[in-house]
Amino acid sequence: MLFPGKAPDRLLIKGGKIVNDDQSFYADIFVEDGLIKQIGEDLLVPAGVRTVDAGGQLVVPGGLDAHTRLRAPGTSPADDLHRGTKAALAGGTTMIIDHVLPEPGATLAAACERWRDSARRQACCDYALHLDLPRWHESLAEELRALAKDKGVNSFLVFMAYKDKLQCTDAQMYEIFSIIRDLGAIAQVHAENGDIIDEEQKRLLELGITGPEGHVLSRPEEVEAEAVYRAITIAKQANCPLYVTKIMSKGAADVLAQAKRKGAVVYGEPITASLGTDGSHYWSKNWAKAAAFVTSPPISPDPTTSDHLTSLLACGDLQVTGSAHCVFTTAQKAVGKDDFTLIPEGTNGIEERMSVIWEKCVVSGKMDENDFVAVTSTNAAKIFNCYPRKGRIAVGSDADLVLWNPKATKIISAKTHNSNAEYNIFEGLECHGAPSVVISQGRVVLEEGSLFVTPGSGRFIPRKTFPDFVYKRIKARNRLAEVHGVPRGLYDGPVHDAAVAAAPRTAPCSGKGQALAVRNLHRSGFSLSGSQADDHIARRTAQKIIAPPGGRSTITSLS
Amino acid sequence: MRKHNNFDRLLIKGGRIINDDHSFYADIYLEDGLIKQIGENLIVPGGVKTIEANGRMVIPGGIDVNTYLQKPYQGMTAVDDFYQGTKAALAGGTTMIIDHVLPEPGSSLLTSFEKWHEAADTKSCCDYSLHVDITSWYDGIREELEILVQDKGVNSFQVYMAYKDLYQMSDSQLYEAFTFLKSLGAVILVHAENGDLIAQEQKRILEMGITGPEGHALSRPEELEAEAVFRAITIASRINCPVYITKVMSKSAADIIALARKKGPLVFGEPITASLGTDGTHYWSKNWAKAAAFVTSPPLSPDPTTPDHLNSLLACGDLQVTGSGHCPYSTAQKAIGKDNFTMIPEGVNGIEERMTVVWDKAVATGKMDESQFVAVTSTNAAKIFNLYPRKGRIAVGSDADVVIWDPDKVKTITAKSHKSAVEYNIFEGMECHGAPLVVISQGKIVFEDGNLHVNKGMGRFIPRKPFPEYLYQRIKIRNKVVGELQGVSRGMYDGPVYEIPAMPKYATPAPSTKSSPAKNQPPPIRNLHQSNFSLSGAQIDDNNPRRTGHRIVAPPGGRSNITSLG
Repeated sequence: MLFPGKAPDRLLIKGGKIVNDDQSFYADIFVEDGLIKQIGEDLLVPAGVRTVDAGGQLVVPGGLDAHTRLRAPGTSPADDLHRGTKAALAGGTTMIIDHVLPEPGATLAAACERWRDSARRQACCDYALHLDLPRWHESLAEELRALAKDKGVNSFLVFMAYKDKLQCTDAQMYEIFSIIRDLGAIAQVHAENGDIIDEEQKRLLELGITGPEGHVLSRPEEVEAEAVYRAITIAKQANCPLYVTKIMSKGAADVLAQAKRKGAVVYGEPITASLGTDGSHYWSKNWAKAAAFVTSPPISPDPTTSDHLTSLLACGDLQVTGSAHCVFTTAQKAVGKDDFTLIPEGTNGIEERMSVIWEKCVVSGKMDENDFVAVTSTNAAKIFNCYPRKGRIAVGSDADLVLWNPKATKIISAKTHNSNAEYNIFEGLECHGAPSVVISQGRVVLEEGSLFVTPGSGRFIPRKTFPDFVYKRIKARNRLAEVHGVPRGLYDGPVHDAAVAAAPRTAPCSGKGQALAVRNLHRSGFSLSGSQADDHIARRTAQKIIAPPGGRSTITSLS
Repeated sequence: MRKHNNFDRLLIKGGRIINDDHSFYADIYLEDGLIKQIGENLIVPGGVKTIEANGRMVIPGGIDVNTYLQKPYQGMTAVDDFYQGTKAALAGGTTMIIDHVLPEPGSSLLTSFEKWHEAADTKSCCDYSLHVDITSWYDGIREELEILVQDKGVNSFQVYMAYKDLYQMSDSQLYEAFTFLKSLGAVILVHAENGDLIAQEQKRILEMGITGPEGHALSRPEELEAEAVFRAITIASRINCPVYITKVMSKSAADIIALARKKGPLVFGEPITASLGTDGTHYWSKNWAKAAAFVTSPPLSPDPTTPDHLNSLLACGDLQVTGSGHCPYSTAQKAIGKDNFTMIPEGVNGIEERMTVVWDKAVATGKMDESQFVAVTSTNAAKIFNLYPRKGRIAVGSDADVVIWDPDKVKTITAKSHKSAVEYNIFEGMECHGAPLVVISQGKIVFEDGNLHVNKGMGRFIPRKPFPEYLYQRIKIRNKVVGELQGVSRGMYDGPVYEIPAMPKYATPAPSTKSSPAKNQPPPIRNLHQSNFSLSGAQIDDNNPRRTGHRIVAPPGGRSNITSLG
């Protein structure tokens, strides 16, 4: 029995079945100083080491939640970095990657610093940071370079939704993706068509629909699928790897799966909510319950969505899972009681993620325990470049381990969860499979249902750029992508007199439609001589020609 | 047969009449520009000129739904005007065109329409109708659109997703335009390419030093076309309006249309002669002038399997209509862009070749039969654009636009013999099976024995009514099925409400002179306390116990139990 507050540095886990993403085997694990020191049978360990008897349970790498929002400018989420990471550990997740949304006016680096300040005091498990880019600006390239090089942040999110607030245009996305590719970072995208949503919101409010059902009606899944398609197109043009956060609908997942078949380097992240429940609750008579489901993209009202997404997760079309955990109390959600567009967005899922996936994917036979490790931990570690430190049970890796009991039965309920939220969107879901012991940084933090966490014990995990898992292919493609013009010499045949046209066309529409720049077409010193491939073809002259300087040449034989 | 243009009465004997639904042997009697009788042993006035069809096919004259015979570019217009262009059309078996009116951005649609109308009236040799392109979405455009639809006989409008800072519309504008055009019962045409990305790619390619026509294709890869098609369909399906994609040039764009149709949205796709008959490998030709002749947008796909794929989709009904996008510029005009491919005026030929190319690629290869040929070259277009059955069908009462088609005639397309004024023909050297033998427009023989007999200005403007049934019947039913959206009647939440702290808005810090492309406007702030709605009585979930969150503000009137938490 372990006593809270006491932190033993050495630990022996005996009799467990070690599960990595590639294989499972029975072995003991010796942990010292927060690292895995030995794996094998009959290990030679110092005397007096505390021993955890796994009793044949699975030992899996601690979960890595690739998407959380435990801090925000403005209205603070009800689960802060302390409360949220506590819930994470209770569910078997030993590392989170939190999204930094910079405060208006703050520089990106300052925002990251502020985040880390909070985490230094509050985080109970290891964490890393994604950075959201709320706007495009001139110095963005330098700011991102500094963050990627010195601050250990290698993933950046752009928004295609939230018109007039966070939304990027296609041209901006292309610019940002080009910067990100050069830095060797991961481009993340919140994919929804903000323009259409904006129009739909207006229409619904005009129809008098103000409740949470308006949220999902104004954000139909086509709008998500469209944006995913567009984001992939842009990323492909920029030859930048793309990570689509929050895959919430079948349409979006299918678009992504098809793009992968065509060769795009793209990753999709369904979240606990889209894997474990559906959006029919938006029509609940209980406003507070309906509002608890409000997140963007919304949870699809199609009840077959969860089954479809778990299948794609099992076959590798989707690779990573997050929770997008960002909860608000009912009172906070009630800010939007008269207008669904004002309801703060976010659902719970940080604690439920591992259990929900086990229940929906492993218990149902869609994936085995190794796939489970891959989608809950390993793949995220590879993509975000903290592998094999995280995401694998191997000598030298961090001692973030979970004893997983596939026989445990747990009913999810707001009464027992560790979050501050009054509602749990998975209320009543029975999950078979739960963590029995959780070890973070070599310390037991969950045992026999009790949590022993220390706020501030979580470390920031800096991540390097150019993750091999992602960038090997990108680099190869970059080399292949070189295009060359056709060496055909300069055209020096007749040129229509554009001088008349060059008269500055007044742009009658406001600001738009700039007149094309006019080039002096006679200012070429390049000339060509010798016979050409098509010299033998007779020439016909066009009307309205101007003799070019130097007379006609035969490069443009007309036939 | 003697040359005569003003025969008002004609008898076509012994032909096989092909409509899109079936074919049969019968004689046709034409009078006053209309089909008066169809059948055998017709009783006709004496002295009627008779054409012996000798068992050949008699098909409805072709309708070319996409031409630009007066497209302005930098103060000049394409080399084929309404006279030259419609002559070429008739020579190829096309008896009606629908031309695009392209107003300068910001100028009035009505004025431009009148300009085109006048030019076409004085020059056109065949019947014509007009699409109007919406090149900017300005104040007062709604009234003009209404006038065009109600009084001017225009029922189709094109919007652009490409040509950044010129014609391009944002998604919000598209949504607005689609909504309004749907209310008018119009056909919405979309030029689908992602203009933002094209602008970026053009910059990149020019920076790499690529200035030739191959840059045109490189800067407009087919993914950008497919993306825009996908987006246009998404927007249209939100609004439940029909959408028509002009110039389907690539396999991926066509596949998106085909996929979307399987999911229900009303989408139509128009491949053009160029995409059905040739490919974009010529952009890499060593001959600049030849390469430039292929420049059009979206570009011809460099994938040589494209024509085959598009013809297959046309045959199976995933694509429905064919146009030509005819808008050729002379080499000297194209040469405006000799140092910069972005300045090459865009447009290819195809008005004369369209019927022949479709026959050769689709019918002669066994992909479609002659009835389907009629459907994709004429009938479907007539239905979509509300000209049916006046055009697009051989039936009593229809216009006497009839073509006697010879499936065995072999013709080699070449710039030396084509009717267009352009020096290059993008189909140069292509051997086509199937060609028109006799073309009859408005009941008059206009093409016979390889000779044209036309008069400038003899073509009539054909007005078209809104709400074509072929499109709008389904739309109307779908509108009803979907019904009015209704909210959940759950009464008002009157539990605790959190007070939002004042928060500054996102703004670009220190706006530099080279202002970023971002246009960040602060979101409007709503007064959240301005509601006087209240609710009382028992609720369905009164029995659940409540748990309060922290930081709450007591609402006016005290707490109620509508928001039981648990």
